[in-house]
Amino acid sequence: MSDPHTPMIAQIAQAPAQGMITLRGALSARKIAAAARAVAGVAMPGPLECRFDGARGIGWMSPDEALILLPRQDVAEALASLQKALVGVHATVVDVSDARAVFRVTGPHAREVLAKLSPADLSPAAFGPGAMRRTRLAQVPVAIWAEGDGAFSLICFRSVAVYVGALLAEAAQPGGAVGYFPSGA
Amino acid sequence: MSFRLETGGRLIDRAAPLDFAFDGQDCTGFAGDTLAAALLANDRVMVARSFKYHRPRGAVAAGAEEPNALVGLGQGARFEPNQRATTTELFQGLVAESQNRFPSLAFDIGALNARLARVLPAGFYYKTFLWPRAFWKHVYEPVIRQSAGLGRAPTDPDADRYEHFHAHVDLLVVGGGVAGLQAALVAGRAGAQVLLIEQTAHWGGRAPVDGVQIDGKPADAWIKSALQELKDMDNVSLRTRTQGAGVYDHGYALAHERLTDHAPDTPGPRHRLWKIRARQIVTATGAIERPLAFPGNDVPGVMLAGAVRDYVVNWAVAPGARTVIVTNNDDAYRTALALLDAGLAVPAILDARAVADGPLVQAARARGVRVLTDRAVVKVKGKTRVTGVGIGNAGGIGLPVESIACDAVAMSGGWSPVVHLWSHCGGKLVWDEARAMFRPDAARAPGGQDGQPFVLAAGAANGALAAGACQADAGRAGAAAAAALGLAANAKAAVARAEDEAPMQPIWIMPGRAGPDLRMKMFLDYQNDVKVSDVQLAAREGYESVEHTKRYTTLGMATDQGKLSNINGLAVLADSLGTTIPQVGTTTFRPPYTPLTMGAIAGEARGEIFQPLRRTPMQDWHEDHNAAFEPVGQWRRPYCYPQPGELREAAVYREVSNTRRNVGLLDASTLGKLLVQGPDAGKFLDLVYTNMMSTLKPGRCRYGLMCSENGFLMDDGVVARLSEDAFVCHTTSGGADHVHQHLEEWLQTEWWDLKVHVVNLTEQFAQVAVVGPKARVLLERLGGMDLSKEALSFMWWSEGTLAGIPARVFRISFSGELSFEVAVPAGQGRAFWDACLAAGADLGVMPYGTEALHIMRAEKGFVMIGDETDGTVIPQDLGLDWAVSKKKDDFIGKRAQQRPHMVDPERWKLVGLETLDGSVLPDGAYALDKGQTANGQRNTQGRVTSTYFSPTLGRGIAMGLVRHGPDRMGEVIEFARLDGPPQPARIVSPVFYDPEGEKQNV
Repeated sequence: MSDPHTPMIAQIAQAPAQGMITLRGALSARKIAAAARAVAGVAMPGPLECRFDGARGIGWMSPDEALILLPRQDVAEALASLQKALVGVHATVVDVSDARAVFRVTGPHAREVLAKLSPADLSPAAFGPGAMRRTRLAQVPVAIWAEGDGAFSLICFRSVAVYVGALLAEAAQPGGAVGYFPSGA
Repeated sequence: MSFRLETGGRLIDRAAPLDFAFDGQDCTGFAGDTLAAALLANDRVMVARSFKYHRPRGAVAAGAEEPNALVGLGQGARFEPNQRATTTELFQGLVAESQNRFPSLAFDIGALNARLARVLPAGFYYKTFLWPRAFWKHVYEPVIRQSAGLGRAPTDPDADRYEHFHAHVDLLVVGGGVAGLQAALVAGRAGAQVLLIEQTAHWGGRAPVDGVQIDGKPADAWIKSALQELKDMDNVSLRTRTQGAGVYDHGYALAHERLTDHAPDTPGPRHRLWKIRARQIVTATGAIERPLAFPGNDVPGVMLAGAVRDYVVNWAVAPGARTVIVTNNDDAYRTALALLDAGLAVPAILDARAVADGPLVQAARARGVRVLTDRAVVKVKGKTRVTGVGIGNAGGIGLPVESIACDAVAMSGGWSPVVHLWSHCGGKLVWDEARAMFRPDAARAPGGQDGQPFVLAAGAANGALAAGACQADAGRAGAAAAAALGLAANAKAAVARAEDEAPMQPIWIMPGRAGPDLRMKMFLDYQNDVKVSDVQLAAREGYESVEHTKRYTTLGMATDQGKLSNINGLAVLADSLGTTIPQVGTTTFRPPYTPLTMGAIAGEARGEIFQPLRRTPMQDWHEDHNAAFEPVGQWRRPYCYPQPGELREAAVYREVSNTRRNVGLLDASTLGKLLVQGPDAGKFLDLVYTNMMSTLKPGRCRYGLMCSENGFLMDDGVVARLSEDAFVCHTTSGGADHVHQHLEEWLQTEWWDLKVHVVNLTEQFAQVAVVGPKARVLLERLGGMDLSKEALSFMWWSEGTLAGIPARVFRISFSGELSFEVAVPAGQGRAFWDACLAAGADLGVMPYGTEALHIMRAEKGFVMIGDETDGTVIPQDLGLDWAVSKKKDDFIGKRAQQRPHMVDPERWKLVGLETLDGSVLPDGAYALDKGQTANGQRNTQGRVTSTYFSPTLGRGIAMGLVRHGPDRMGEVIEFARLDGPPQPARIVSPVFYDPEGEKQNV
């Protein structure tokens, strides 16, 4: 299967531990948006979007849920700061860093590898840098975001990390380029 | 004989010869051949035996509609039965075998059935095997099963890989003939995102074979330039070898791409199933020629006229040296001309029409072909291949007036638009009387969510059979699709031209007044051996609905789904019923258009990734320590941990005893953990649990029950109040996702005014139950928290660090022992587990699995969701009235539990059960009652819900639901057994162990 002359069509890597905080609440409320911005360093993204500034960012998960991404070691401080800022506001912040696994999918056909497994519209036009989708990968829920340069990040629940890794590896097997999306897009 | 022509063949590469084997014989062909073409080139006309009568059969078509030429393809792990030779591209080393014959294709024992045809009419099975009744099971069915089925199933696991691919497009164009190309051009030029798919390896369809001129050039030239223009558009994608398989609601379509069937050793997946979301779909799927129903129309060498010229023009293969043509239309004359162009003889054209004088007819006459009007084939000579035909009057009774020697017959009964994809999602058809065909009714197209049509038929598939009309119609369809997408398009199509055709004349049986003997030889459905006489018999026996006739006769039920037989069959039915074809209507067109491989449907889901298996943070440890696993939802939980040489049963008993005596560890990470937070969290939980949760003090735990709206017990678990506005709700392992969804649904649809958030934290925490008299000692050794009885009493929780790991410790027990459930961040779950094992080594710490958990909870009389409950059980049945609040105004299930049936004192209620001899009751066994039901079955009064051997008590224990059970303590009742006489058991309290609860409360 791994003939050196026919390489994998994308590279799959499980990323190291990532700090993650779930924020539930009215995302457009001034206090909530400001509190999130204070710890994530970016403004609250709109629907189906994510925003990053270096290692920090926010992903839009649903109309009342955002996922704050940050370095693992900063989670405790960020939680405390959020809780302080949101006293008296109906919002829930909770550490979910251990709940998920993170994968990075890169290489010329990364987009096609994902489109084999996810029913979301992942075409370059619909899913460019800054886009984020909660969708499914084969039989499990995931969230995917596009980072530009044909690189993608994906999160899944930690219990299915082995399954997701195997799925992505299967979809990236040599000879599997679909030739539907432009290479590297 | 059939043979390869010296010159020609637009699809073959004579410089690339290929070797292949058919039934063990070496043959050769060329790159570009289909297997069917190559077999004909090797003079293999008969390639199969039919399903029912085992009649010799050869290819009748040249494409996807082929019913006869099915072969077993490949070997070993790449063997696949029922592959159509007409759509199988030849490759070096291809190995194929004929099917449905024994011992060989030429000499077949099953052919005996053909002699019995007279006693094997439609409905034979239904009529014959009714009596004697016992014979069905022991004689008839085994014999029928033995002879049923087409081809043989593969025995090895499939060697190939398969995958899916999701595409979202503005416009999907199905069919890469000139119509599909034209529609794609028009929409593509307008800026639509277009996916154009073609089932064969070649673009352009049959226009080049039919001599169509487009924009003044031969079709091939226009196809080439059209393709180039499409390739140059960034917004157009082109796929060959990709068949539109099905059209579904909301613009969903399936397409089946065959990547390596023509080159099996290429790396990569063999097939790719495209799951397409299209805003608009154009079906440019062409038309299929209809056979004529004359006696002997299934003898190898009798082919569709269009297929004959396909073989000649595309692959330079002559199906015969002398071909008689029989037709009811002008199009078949193109075949005569193609044969003449190839230097082959056409002894006669039999035209069923009284007058034939169109330009094509004139052209044939001008080249000296004998054209006989008002004539029919009344007999086909030859058994395993055609040797001649008898001809007679088209409207006669079948008296031959002349005999003509020939080795092939090209027949044409007219063309039927391929309306399958149009019809899959509800597109309706209209009967075109003048041209005797069903075509799409644009006024009743498949509608999308906005009620507007999302499927457009184009070209021949829309009934525009003539070249000029076809091209123009395709331009119109492309522009209409673009307009529906909000794009301005120019519908102007290329100008296509072919010879004009005079009207065809519908001919459904030939000769028109044939008697029963001849009608028994007129085949409608080749693959299922359904003849004109069968359909007529069905009509006489009262089958009026076409759907019933289909099932009674099996017309159209074979793997080709009646692509050739459909119209002819229902025309014969209409005639027999004395009604019209539109009155009879068609059967339902269902996807897929042609059979899909199971591999393509499964995609990547096989082997290790057949389905997701959820792993806890301690899964590696369990695997390394020989755990026997059992499925719990998508988790695989350790059932027990057998030691070397230990049986599972013994391991379970050891784990129970050790936990009761020393200390056990359970990986409880799979338990659902839902954070419910917000100012209204307490109020919300009061509504979703049967008991009161809002009164729970922060720091305390309470066991809670969740019911469905209908009052039935759905899930249970311990709720811990974290703070004034936050709770952790534990759910069962299998119920976590469902309960989460349940809570979200109520919050989002009914109680959206409550300020509550639910976050599923199941995966954030690893949870370890440390259970047994030495549990506290073990945890205290880890250091960091005061877990004394004073600091943390039963049903309280506390937060701190243990072994340096942040931990939340719940003092709860599902075993009756001193028990702590410790939640730690999942990433440190394994470290915590290891720390517990190390700290407890000299205490005798051992892990225990789910079976030990089950036994220990049963010894304590604790119910288990899924054992004591089955969706029909309410908390009151289980003696859990104490957990159902009488004070609350409302909770989910409250009203239902007040219905008469729910408060009926006759409901079976939970009790413990002990056999008199200490043996174990069978699981699920029914408690017998006096008398019988109206159906003569024994009355029952209860059933066993859980049953185990208790190593603690050294005897069988069980729980069950028994009528008036709690009032009948000490009474002995009998339980049915499958393997012996009824087993008596005594009704006792369900709490077998430590009824005072002293052990858990230390």
